[in-house]
Amino acid sequence: MEFFNTPVGWTIWTVSHILLITVVLLLTIAFVIYGDRKIFAGVQARKGPNVVGPFGLLQSFADLGKFLIKELVIPAGADKPVFLLAPLISVTLALGGWAVMPVAPGWSVSNINVGVLYLFAVSSLGVYGIIMGGWASNSKYPFLGALRSAAQMVSYEVSIGFVIITVILLSGSLNLNQITQAQAGWFWNWNMFGGGWKNLPLILIMFPMGVIFFISGLAETNRPPFDLPEAESELVAGYAVEYGSTPYMLFYLAETSNIVLMSGLMAVLFLGGWNAPWPTPYLDHVPFAWIASLHGLVIFAIKTFFVFFMNAMVRSIVPRYRYDQLMRLGWKVFLPTSLVAVAVVAGWRVYTGFGA
Amino acid sequence: MLGRIGQAFKGAMLLDFVGAFGLGMKYMIAPKKTVQFPHERGPQSPRFRGEHALRRYPNGEERCIACKLCEAICPAQAITIEAEPRADGSRRTTRYDIDMVKCIYCGLCQEACPVDAIVEGPNTEFSVETREELYYDKARLLDNGDRWEREIAKNMELDAPYR
Repeated sequence: MEFFNTPVGWTIWTVSHILLITVVLLLTIAFVIYGDRKIFAGVQARKGPNVVGPFGLLQSFADLGKFLIKELVIPAGADKPVFLLAPLISVTLALGGWAVMPVAPGWSVSNINVGVLYLFAVSSLGVYGIIMGGWASNSKYPFLGALRSAAQMVSYEVSIGFVIITVILLSGSLNLNQITQAQAGWFWNWNMFGGGWKNLPLILIMFPMGVIFFISGLAETNRPPFDLPEAESELVAGYAVEYGSTPYMLFYLAETSNIVLMSGLMAVLFLGGWNAPWPTPYLDHVPFAWIASLHGLVIFAIKTFFVFFMNAMVRSIVPRYRYDQLMRLGWKVFLPTSLVAVAVVAGWRVYTGFGA
Repeated sequence: MLGRIGQAFKGAMLLDFVGAFGLGMKYMIAPKKTVQFPHERGPQSPRFRGEHALRRYPNGEERCIACKLCEAICPAQAITIEAEPRADGSRRTTRYDIDMVKCIYCGLCQEACPVDAIVEGPNTEFSVETREELYYDKARLLDNGDRWEREIAKNMELDAPYR
């Protein structure tokens, strides 16, 4: 254990931690894509992928193999370095967001005090990958898609920011681990339900805030019904028109990773993260600490997948928004609502004397 | 005014979404409509117009008498027939070609045929790799007739009451 406190040991420990999280995350994403397609198919009374492997479980790996062996075509007019850099930026930022995600008690790679700000910054930077991709393609539709994507992500980040502020006001911390710990105990301590008995009236504010966060998360990750950057009926595939092969796969890997990240963030901020819906005093007496961590990990995964399931259902059942409707929803509905919510929650906290 | 307030309320409560969610879940647990094609097939009408075939009588004599009605009626002019009297004096084709690339599968040739010689069978799987392979000659069509006779005869029997 002494070894891990030396600089070399710390580096080895952190790098292996990052590798573990990345590998598990990529495997999860493979099955999440499969689940997404199955849910989409189920709502349409289809069977979905069921040929590759048992129940089609290996479909994503077959797709991966196909993408990897395809020829990489770079358009003659494209800005080659930027064209190739864009998907890398997207995927790096999408995976980088997981650095602060508290997947289980004490299991986040980096337990920094401004975890929320870091996540917010990283997910905002994600728009650069799309804009660079659209610009470097040197083609009409990718550029239009990129512009739409930029405007859309910027718009919804504002309301996401205000929603997160309400959560921060309730938890009194920007550290994702502390936000999670503040929601321990019964499920009514979750921020979605106001964060405890003493704040129960806030359920009227916080529940809609949770819904707004979920919907803004859809818009933030370019997910249907807000998938205007890649609206296939008008822009073919938006910013990804000129892409194929591995870069294309990286774009969609980044997108799915962002979706899972948003689902995880929803679980952490509103649904109590790795806290079970009931008090867990029995975890104080387990022989090994990792059992408690595993317990937390399973709870976190269940919550994340639940949010993702809702995400996939929305994709299946809601038709795509028109662009002006998208902007109206973001600026005229979500922004004022969340602004009022921030004021009300802040007022409540002052009124109750920051009641501990 | 009231209508707009009601609409706003409905939108804010996500009532449409809740209803659609229930409907989606209903379909998700309902039996799937998927037909897994190579292993399962959808139903096919006895009148289905697929690949052409030239039929024979049960004694092995070919039915076609070279009346050229099919050639005359073919709207795509896909059929080419040449005929001569055979050694036994009967009128037979020496050449019966169908250009399957031109053919529009309208079924007029089998309607025109007085002896049910040229028919469109139930087969749809005759894709090939070159265009030349789709220029069917008499041997190929007679071969098709021998191969699909059972299905063709059954389909004609099923369709007979409506003719």
